[in-house]
Amino acid sequence: MSYDREKVAAVVQPPKGIKLPGFDVVGSRKIFYAISGGLLALALIVSIVFGVKIDIKFTGGTIATYSYTGEIDEAEFEKTVEDVTGHDVTVSGSKDLMTGNNTFTVNFTEAVALDVEEQTAMNDAIDEAFPDNKIETVNVNSVSPTMGTDFLLKCLVAVSFASVVMVIYVGLRFRKIGGVKAGVCALLALFHDLCMVYATFVFFRMPLDDNFMSIMLVILGYSVNDTIVIYDRVRENEALYRNAKLTPSELVNLSINQSLSRCLHTSATTIFSMIVVLVMALINGVDSIVTFTLPLIIGLISGTYSTICIACPTWVAWLESGAKKSKKRG
Amino acid sequence: MKRVPKPVFFIVSILIVVITLLSLFGFKTTYGDKETVYIRGGNDIRWGIDIRGGVDVTFTPPEGVEATESQMDAAKEVINSRLVSLNITDSEVYVDYNKYRIIVRFPWKEGETDFDPQAAIEELGDTAVLTFREGKETDSTGAPSGVTAENIIIDGEDVKEAYPYYNKDENSYGVSLELNDSGKAAFAEATTRLSKENGVISIWMDDNMISYPSVNTPITDGKCQITGNFTAEEATSLANKINSGALPFKLVAENYSTINPTMGLGARDVMLTAGAIAFMLVCIYMIVFFRLPGVVSVFALMGQVACSIAAISGFFGFMSSFTLTLPGIAGVILGVGMGVDANVITFTRIKEEVCSGKSIDGAITIGYSRAFSAILDGNLTTIIIAIILMGSFGPTDSLFAKMLHPVFFMFGASTAGTIYSFGYTLLVGCILNFVFGVTASRLMLQSLSRYKFLRKPYLYGGVKK
Repeated sequence: MSYDREKVAAVVQPPKGIKLPGFDVVGSRKIFYAISGGLLALALIVSIVFGVKIDIKFTGGTIATYSYTGEIDEAEFEKTVEDVTGHDVTVSGSKDLMTGNNTFTVNFTEAVALDVEEQTAMNDAIDEAFPDNKIETVNVNSVSPTMGTDFLLKCLVAVSFASVVMVIYVGLRFRKIGGVKAGVCALLALFHDLCMVYATFVFFRMPLDDNFMSIMLVILGYSVNDTIVIYDRVRENEALYRNAKLTPSELVNLSINQSLSRCLHTSATTIFSMIVVLVMALINGVDSIVTFTLPLIIGLISGTYSTICIACPTWVAWLESGAKKSKKRG
Repeated sequence: MKRVPKPVFFIVSILIVVITLLSLFGFKTTYGDKETVYIRGGNDIRWGIDIRGGVDVTFTPPEGVEATESQMDAAKEVINSRLVSLNITDSEVYVDYNKYRIIVRFPWKEGETDFDPQAAIEELGDTAVLTFREGKETDSTGAPSGVTAENIIIDGEDVKEAYPYYNKDENSYGVSLELNDSGKAAFAEATTRLSKENGVISIWMDDNMISYPSVNTPITDGKCQITGNFTAEEATSLANKINSGALPFKLVAENYSTINPTMGLGARDVMLTAGAIAFMLVCIYMIVFFRLPGVVSVFALMGQVACSIAAISGFFGFMSSFTLTLPGIAGVILGVGMGVDANVITFTRIKEEVCSGKSIDGAITIGYSRAFSAILDGNLTTIIIAIILMGSFGPTDSLFAKMLHPVFFMFGASTAGTIYSFGYTLLVGCILNFVFGVTASRLMLQSLSRYKFLRKPYLYGGVKK
């Protein structure tokens, strides 16, 4: 890892008004590995110790939400449902801030998909037991276990296929600067970001649901785009300073430092926009948007961080280890 | 290089403002009580059922039943006609032949309060009752009456098969009908009697008349043709409907979800307000940090948002609109975010060039050309991802789905059509990036830079003298 700050400074003199910091990002990569590794290990431990909540969309099962007025005893409500359906359920009460109604969410502990007749019977029994509470069905979700796994598998195949195509594309477009290696490193950064999104869900005890899938998709696009913008600068600098005989580490450090202001501006605008949405959602008590924006913000931060601190340094390490090997042989 | 004339900025920016206003508010004329929509506005966007509430059901044949492809088509036809009779017009029905599933989605009707989704689901999946009746007498509600109500000649169980055919000589389409032995005698008797008086046999599904061919000749062998002014589609549809009566199973709801409308619409309004505030903050940010190019980017971003909305609403009255779901909104946000990025990349490059002493014209030209390769690669990879998502989570008969069939052959149409919406909005966003983030933005900035008082390096990020 040879990074000679003076040598780079001598080759590239930034004009007045442009700041060119001389961070040695590539050389500090062990610190970044430690930070990311630590966070991910923590997420792993939390998910093993406390378990991961997975939405019925993936596992199959039934969740029904009812709104009511007045007072209903939770245990009594639970018993009514259990008596009519014959399944164990957990009932949790909450208040919908937007409509001001009280709600009960009925969660079936086993992965059973209620059929329509059972569902109708359940509604009737609840109406009969609590006639004065104006009970209304807010939503019902019933997924059969086979379809849940099917959906999960399809998501995985889609993401893996997209990843392979991406590596091939990056490999072709950046073949002058070790394209396939660059592609694999971009994939590594992407994987890192997706893990961070997962970690956010685990830390905040949010179930992996539709929101989780959408966020994964957004980060998929954002992370790749972010990494490629830096790669582009490396490609350009490689051609520009070919005569200066910069080592990969010097070349990449230079490109990262040149791109820092773009990274800051882009992250600032996207992340602050999302924070505005998050704050608005918190004020209005829209839980579904809070659980959407919070992990998204973490993912966006991670997307910028992983490009600079994970993808680029790893790529340089790979290029330089390859160069060493070929020197030994030669 | 050819210089961009001065007025270009005003032409492009005014165009963008007009498109923005049109895409937000639409353009309609009202003549008497008839409203004609020329341009669809933001209010005409079809919101997905995760936002405005509705029903999402997946039907399958009961366990142990092996359905054929034509039986699935017939089942789809049953559901379609049931939806119409339930007065639900805004529905989507997909058939997945691999897994024998039919996915049905429909939203609440406007102002609907006491709709019973469970009852609707049960009705949709019920076995269809197909009858061939004498005459075509109906009462005021369209239900059979008189001799038509009394005399059922044959029913669905007597039908062996119906299929559409093409008559080369007459260049016309028709439906070929084949009966089981059980129905031959009754049909022969009825057609012999009716052909003399030029009578009619009407075909009914549940309580809806689907066809009423007149009888020309007695049919004794149980094989006949129904002719008329059919198009290819109409013939196929009629054949499917007749086959549905011969369907030996009822459909079971394997999955379903019903969402109450008040929940999602509140979330939508909060998201839209937040989006508007965030957009204004981004504009202020861009102007503060990038000065003149920042002003240009405000127009470019406005165009980007407006065209995203137009692509979803369908814009022109005659185009069909796209269903926007919550992930779809996420796609729009990501697209706009990448649009901001494209502008930021370009403007930081222009700033670098201006600071290193290049002329304003040179800096702008180099800035855009250097930034382009980054924008191209970034957006193209994202476009690839968007296409893969659209292919894997969209309707099975879409172009992208057919392209990707070799990868996803073992999966059927997914229940998560919402992800398709994400792919679509993201794809549109990335394409718009090239239009607004690159081309429109360059044209506007180059034409502005022709004005003398706008040729100060400071305005492009340079150092103040």
